[in-house]
Amino acid sequence: MKVKNILADLKVYGKSFARSREGLFFTFVFPIVLIAIFGAIFSGNGGSTVPLYVQNMNGGAPAAQQLLAGLNSTHLVTIHMIPGSVNVTAYVSEHSITAALVIPSNFSSVIGGGGSVYLPFYNNPTVTSSQIAGQAIGAVVQQFNLNISQAHNVIFVRPYANSVVAKGYVDFLIPGLIGFTILTTPMFSVTFIVSSYKKDKIFRQLSLTPLTRGEWLLSKFLWYIIISGLSAALMIGFGVFAFNARVSLDLFLVPFILIGVFMFVSLGTFAGAIAKTEEGAAVIGNIITFPMMFLSGTFFPISIMPNWLQSIAHFLPLYYVIDGLNAVMVYTNYAAAYADMVISFIISAAFFVLAMLTFSWKES
Amino acid sequence: MADSVIEASGLMKAYGPIQAVNGLDLQVRKGEVFSLLGPNGAGKTTTIEMLEGLRKPDSGEIRILGMNPWKDESRIRRRVGIIPQGFNFVQRITPQEAIRYFATLFGVPERSEELLKLVDLYDMRKTYFTNLSGGQKQKLGLCLALVNDPELLFLDEPTTGLDPQARRNMWDVIRKLKAEGKSILLTTHYLEEAEVLADRVGIVSGGKMIASGTPQEIIDQHGSGRSLFVTGSGEVAEKVRKMTGSRCSFDGRHISVEIRENTDVPMILDLVRESGVEISTLQLREETLEDVFLKMVGSVEE
Ligand SMILES: Nc1ncnc2c1ncn2[C@@H]1O[C@H](COP(=O)(O)OP(=O)(O)OP(=O)(O)O)[C@@H](O)[C@H]1O
Ligand SMILES: [Mg+2]
Repeated sequence: MKVKNILADLKVYGKSFARSREGLFFTFVFPIVLIAIFGAIFSGNGGSTVPLYVQNMNGGAPAAQQLLAGLNSTHLVTIHMIPGSVNVTAYVSEHSITAALVIPSNFSSVIGGGGSVYLPFYNNPTVTSSQIAGQAIGAVVQQFNLNISQAHNVIFVRPYANSVVAKGYVDFLIPGLIGFTILTTPMFSVTFIVSSYKKDKIFRQLSLTPLTRGEWLLSKFLWYIIISGLSAALMIGFGVFAFNARVSLDLFLVPFILIGVFMFVSLGTFAGAIAKTEEGAAVIGNIITFPMMFLSGTFFPISIMPNWLQSIAHFLPLYYVIDGLNAVMVYTNYAAAYADMVISFIISAAFFVLAMLTFSWKES
Repeated sequence: MADSVIEASGLMKAYGPIQAVNGLDLQVRKGEVFSLLGPNGAGKTTTIEMLEGLRKPDSGEIRILGMNPWKDESRIRRRVGIIPQGFNFVQRITPQEAIRYFATLFGVPERSEELLKLVDLYDMRKTYFTNLSGGQKQKLGLCLALVNDPELLFLDEPTTGLDPQARRNMWDVIRKLKAEGKSILLTTHYLEEAEVLADRVGIVSGGKMIASGTPQEIIDQHGSGRSLFVTGSGEVAEKVRKMTGSRCSFDGRHISVEIRENTDVPMILDLVRESGVEISTLQLREETLEDVFLKMVGSVEE
């Protein structure tokens, strides 16, 4: 492994990349365009809902169901259920939830008996989405109180402030799009390069020099780290400047960019190596890339997807990178970030092994 | 055999059902230019690639500069230069950048100017590879093969696609390299190129070496000496065959007869005259490498 070889290859590859307009477009222009479009669509928050997590300990009791229906009909919140068996406080911080409401097990019976009941509401009053959820709950509860007693309140919301921070849509969009760039830039170009170098026998030409496959791959890692770093900086800058995105910039970002690039340069190499033709490589690349492009939390947070889609997302490697980026940039939840980091590193290492096994410069 | 730079024996390589190389033997001596000739699909490229260590033979022995190309790959790399058939390179890189890149990889002094001037490509040094003409690409291939100042060169069809001027230019370069003491294994489809450049040639057909030696040796061993080329008819050709017992072919206007005995010449001319054909062409010539090549390759294909 010679640094001199890696740098020589990096220089040549970088030049040829920079001289291709497609490469530059997908790296620098495309992510900005995406932020501009999605940011403009959602930044006004009009029409969109905020997530509200509910732990319903009162099961199918009519009063509890009525309360949920009431919350739904506000069109301010999207309800996600928290399993009855878990500890809400732990669950809320573990999942970086900003608004969670508990319906106690005695809810129906107390109301039926004319007593008063408290609904614990875990929220962060400094956060807009949390405030919106609080307003929705307040409105529904008021309605209930009016209906039940006409005179005095029987249901009270008891707020528990927490430090979980959730942000506007643009805040999610930035880590999502950084993940998107980490995915697409190497996947599209490395897959193509590997298959076309193979077809044009450029690898054979390189194999005539002391350059090794490992050095060549390492130079690709370095190149896409540079490219992804630049486009991440550009997106953050643009998001902050144009849409007032609030993301925390943290050294923790760096390992995710490194691991993410490592992951997808390896996967792209693998896809290009197993493809028989350039067209085949494009198909394989797309099959791998497209589900991840939409379902890993790139354009919208995973939490707004239906449960079955969320479970699919957990099988997509990019999910862990984006989840980690979110944990760092949006929630500053390092425990979650650390777990994501370990998982994505293991996945990348596996992809790297696959790439090295299939990526050959020689012909049998 | 201490002075052999390439020694190969019993080389075999099959691609599925196709036996591309079928027990081929080859020896190239230090300092010589050896040219492989053979029809398309004869197995030349496959052979060269096995010698270069780019393809693994199914069986057979290879020594390149005394080493095994499959095992001692990295040591051999530094001492050989290769132009693959259909040389290709990164599209948006210039010849100058490509040569500098290879020089860094080999850890040798950068001499792009010298190399580019050698092959007459200096004016194009800042043009992207993709915009070079086919012949110019081929010239860059030669520059890259020479970056590490190799002692042994493998050139697979280095002049294919070059215009006549550029081909002669390439010949000069090859002669110059030979004068520097480099050994060269070259394939070509141009027989005159082999005759001009090569000390020895090998004719490959059906994956086997069917003849090898200096062009003159091959002509002497496998040729039939001289042939008479004269205006004639099918009828005359038939009579000539009967009378001389030699091969005689008729192309619609001329007959071509192998001459074994000098006395056959006047007899054949008499036959032509008797048949009433007016002689407009008359040529007695020594068989060339091309004649022998066509005959040998043709007879194998039959
Ligand atoms: N990668 C390959 N896969 C399958 N068959 C191949 C492959 N390469 C060559 N062949 C076959 O092997 C035979 C020998 O091919 P080779 O390229 O060695 O011939 P060649 O003598 O170099 O021909 P040419 O003069 O056209 O370059 C041919 O029949 C060819 O179709
Ligand atoms: Mg060939």
